[in-house]
Amino acid sequence: MKARVHVTLKYGVLDPQGKAIAGALGSLGFSGVEDVRQGKYLELELAETDADKAREQVKAMCEKLLANTVIENYAIELV
Amino acid sequence: MKAAVVVFPGSNRERDIALALQRASYTRPVYVWHGETELPAGTDLVVLPGGFSHGDYLRCGAMAALSPIMDAVKAHAARGGYVLGVCNGFQILAEARLVPGVLMRNASLRFVCRDVHLKVEATDTAFTGGFKPGQVVRVPVAHAEGNYFTDDETLNRIEGEGQVAFRYCDADGAVTEAASPNGSARNIAGVFNAGRNVLGMMPHPENMTEDVVGGTDGAILFDSLAKALA
Amino acid sequence: MTKITPEIVAEHGLAPDEYARVLEIMGREPSITELGIFSVMWSEHCSYKSSRLHLKKLPTTGPQVICGPGENAGVVDIGDGLAAVFKMESHNHPSYIEPYQGAATGVGGILRDVFTMGARPIAILDPLRFGSPEHPKMRHLVSGVVAGIGGYGNCMGIPNVGGECTFHAAFDGNILVNAMTVGIAQQDKIFYSAAAGVGNPVVYVGSKTGRDGIHGATMASAEFDEKSEEKRPTVQVGDPFVEKLLLEACLELMAGDAIVAIQDMGAAGLTSSSVEMASKGGVGIELIMDDVPQRETGMTAYEMMLSESQERMLMVLKPGREDQARAIFEKWGLAFAVIGKVTDTGHLVLKHKGEVVGDIPVGPLTDQSPLYDRPWERTPKRAVIDAATVKGSDDLGATLETLLGTPDLCSKRWIVEQYDHLVGGDTIVRPGGDAAVVRVRDTATKGLAMTTDCTPRYCLADPVEGGKQAVVETYRNITAVGGLPLAITDCMNFGNPQRPNIMGQFVGAIEGMAEACLALDYPVVSGNVSLYNETMGTGVQPTPAIGGVGLLEDYTRSASIRFKAAAETILLVGETAGWLGASIYLREIAGSEDGAPPPVDLAAEKRNGDFVRGLIRHGEVVTCHDVADGGLLVAVAEMALAGGIGATLSTPETEVPPHAFWFGEDQGRYLMAVPPDRVEAILDQAKAADVPVTVIGTTGGAAISVDGRHKVSMSALREAHEGWLPRYMAS
Repeated sequence: MKARVHVTLKYGVLDPQGKAIAGALGSLGFSGVEDVRQGKYLELELAETDADKAREQVKAMCEKLLANTVIENYAIELV
Repeated sequence: MKAAVVVFPGSNRERDIALALQRASYTRPVYVWHGETELPAGTDLVVLPGGFSHGDYLRCGAMAALSPIMDAVKAHAARGGYVLGVCNGFQILAEARLVPGVLMRNASLRFVCRDVHLKVEATDTAFTGGFKPGQVVRVPVAHAEGNYFTDDETLNRIEGEGQVAFRYCDADGAVTEAASPNGSARNIAGVFNAGRNVLGMMPHPENMTEDVVGGTDGAILFDSLAKALA
Repeated sequence: MTKITPEIVAEHGLAPDEYARVLEIMGREPSITELGIFSVMWSEHCSYKSSRLHLKKLPTTGPQVICGPGENAGVVDIGDGLAAVFKMESHNHPSYIEPYQGAATGVGGILRDVFTMGARPIAILDPLRFGSPEHPKMRHLVSGVVAGIGGYGNCMGIPNVGGECTFHAAFDGNILVNAMTVGIAQQDKIFYSAAAGVGNPVVYVGSKTGRDGIHGATMASAEFDEKSEEKRPTVQVGDPFVEKLLLEACLELMAGDAIVAIQDMGAAGLTSSSVEMASKGGVGIELIMDDVPQRETGMTAYEMMLSESQERMLMVLKPGREDQARAIFEKWGLAFAVIGKVTDTGHLVLKHKGEVVGDIPVGPLTDQSPLYDRPWERTPKRAVIDAATVKGSDDLGATLETLLGTPDLCSKRWIVEQYDHLVGGDTIVRPGGDAAVVRVRDTATKGLAMTTDCTPRYCLADPVEGGKQAVVETYRNITAVGGLPLAITDCMNFGNPQRPNIMGQFVGAIEGMAEACLALDYPVVSGNVSLYNETMGTGVQPTPAIGGVGLLEDYTRSASIRFKAAAETILLVGETAGWLGASIYLREIAGSEDGAPPPVDLAAEKRNGDFVRGLIRHGEVVTCHDVADGGLLVAVAEMALAGGIGATLSTPETEVPPHAFWFGEDQGRYLMAVPPDRVEAILDQAKAADVPVTVIGTTGGAAISVDGRHKVSMSALREAHEGWLPRYMAS
């Protein structure tokens, strides 16, 4: 089964890249973009077929390596 | 002083810092591969050098912080042993939660390599004993992710407890936003852990230890360590 | 099997007569894989078919040369049993398509060329030519190229110490991204590419092979299915982390004696590396394609042979050393596979899934590669411009301020600071001056001086003088830091060689370069040719970029451009005739790009250079700068800005009009600043050496003033000099 993981900066943490992207969009004429937060997207190909077990595994991976939980949130989606 | 320099895949300033330690202590540090699980017996100081461990992929320092050797480094620090992390080494220390805070992308979003001025904030530690209080020194930085960040509460706490080692300042010692190469919170360039036996810093004192390369201000840090750990 | 139609042949870039020669060599119709191999080996890039005839005119030997052109990089003796290993290459077209990855993989490729020879890289330099700043794509290209060069080199931990960056509309559709690497090797540990020893294993190390960089021409082949868009990224992606591991692993293996031959897989990857090794060694090579480490599934032999995946090497090992080598590469987490063996057949034989998919005689493949004597026209001489007819300057200070704020003369700090130029702790003279100086480890006091130079507008005006000037400018820049120039590498960036006027530029530049190299005992030891650089059907300005390397016996006796103290006397070495043709002043102030470029007097260059170098080597001069783009006053300003000390100048008695004296670009000149009590002795020595030296002023103050009438403050100059590039990039 496949896990999709989104890692994003927590609100309140400065995101210089997001800010730069928002600025660039503005200068390209895309008005109305009030804020941009950038993050990471990972696709994991898992051998596990049980969804609950897979979720537990991926959660552990996020806590340990994939996200820095001091500044980042993560969301897991199984497909 | 018995120093061990940890080499991660992608480290690239291990030799620079080993030479700086050798000049200060007349003892050649030992290189330790990251895959080892033990430090050499009698190690006084562990150094995590600059570079791009694991290519800086995922997050700078994140994978290196989980290297086999890091358990031994943590145990060494917990025993009160000394640990110095410079640049990528600082990022690894932060990921390993051995020092407070995280290093984010520079505010300019660009890699920056140039000399900066630092104000020495604490001189009563093994790392900084040779500096004069409030001394302004010149050393280079070379990083893309040195923007120190943590919440206000933590900032207040580490400032209150003397855990800020260095701040970016201008040549006259003024701590201004313009003097910071990376947008760090409160211009912080280096921090200690609570016990002040672990120091993480972004600038490279090891690249400023000889007049022929532009100055010797960086040598003060290594001389301090050599004296404290003699 | 794919039927080889004339369309397929054309798509592979082979001319009909070239294909006829393929048929003759093979004695049959080639397979698609074989055709692909001929196509890349006979491409301009690999065969130098348009340029070879003329490249032969360059001097390539000398007592200092250990290995000249033909290997991965040139090798020069620097004493103490050590050698400098260096080369420059282009990555122009990929960088225009994808600036970050194009530039990054350019750096990766040139680093591999150097460490393949057994050298540890100690420096990177990168001359860049961009289009007009107003071009809508240009800011993106500058930003991407600089980030890509930095991204790769910084991660590798190799200091980037020099290069150039200029702008001209002639490069709007085709920027130039050149990269040079200098490394140090032990003379008895230099590795070459000639395969030897029948039966010896052929080993593949590094990254796995994917479908990277398989070019447009090859996409048409019938074997490919409808998903070709996704399957075939033509942009190669670099992985500096893997390259760093590859560097360390290769140097670890090279410390022993397991390697017979080694070749990096650069352009045309497995094809050119295996053919080069077999051809140089006069042997055959058999490869089992099934054993090539692959990153993607279902790859054909054709794809594997033509892939340009990065960070890969091919080696021939001594028999029985596979396990020792494997252990090293596995420790560094890199792919390692025995994929074939050396044979005595003289053929490159490829086997895949039990079948022979390619069998080419290596001798004819390389010896009979096309060689063209392309028609060429000599570039018409331009008229010499009389300085008196060029618009003058009422205020030299204001003109200086204007010039320092132009794209070509402004500070490149915005770029330099994105490159780690200090890693290694051996950077003695940092970028921003003339040559950089990097200390040579494991020697008492040796340093290497290095620089890259070329003035494309001179080369366009007169390729012969321009070619000469590019060589002598590197000579001067190395001399100005106290180095003895040893040898050069060249990166020849030109337009379409099938146009006689472009071919004439190439021939002319080679002629001028050869003349300068001979006169200065300064041979060419490596190089690269990049043709078909065009903007809207017109060639770029001809750009024979030269990378020079020189030796300092004692790096504590080097000079830098920075004024070190006030009240020192400023001396000008060399003659000033006030040459304004093809100058920056003419272009920026008078609005014309006409005129013959300044002539180069090679005898004077040598005399003046030897004189200046002697003074620096004897510790008599520590402040020196060569006078180049923008002329004398610009050079003074650069010294003043670097040191934060102004200057008071006076025009010597001369027939030359002031604007031509201060902004003319006469060659063979240097500026020095010395304590006043040394002046007399230096003037005496100069007289004895038949070198013209003139006192032109004194250091000090917070302004630059000329003849008491023209004055501009240092702060205004700094603002102009530092302001342009960051402002441009932020806009």
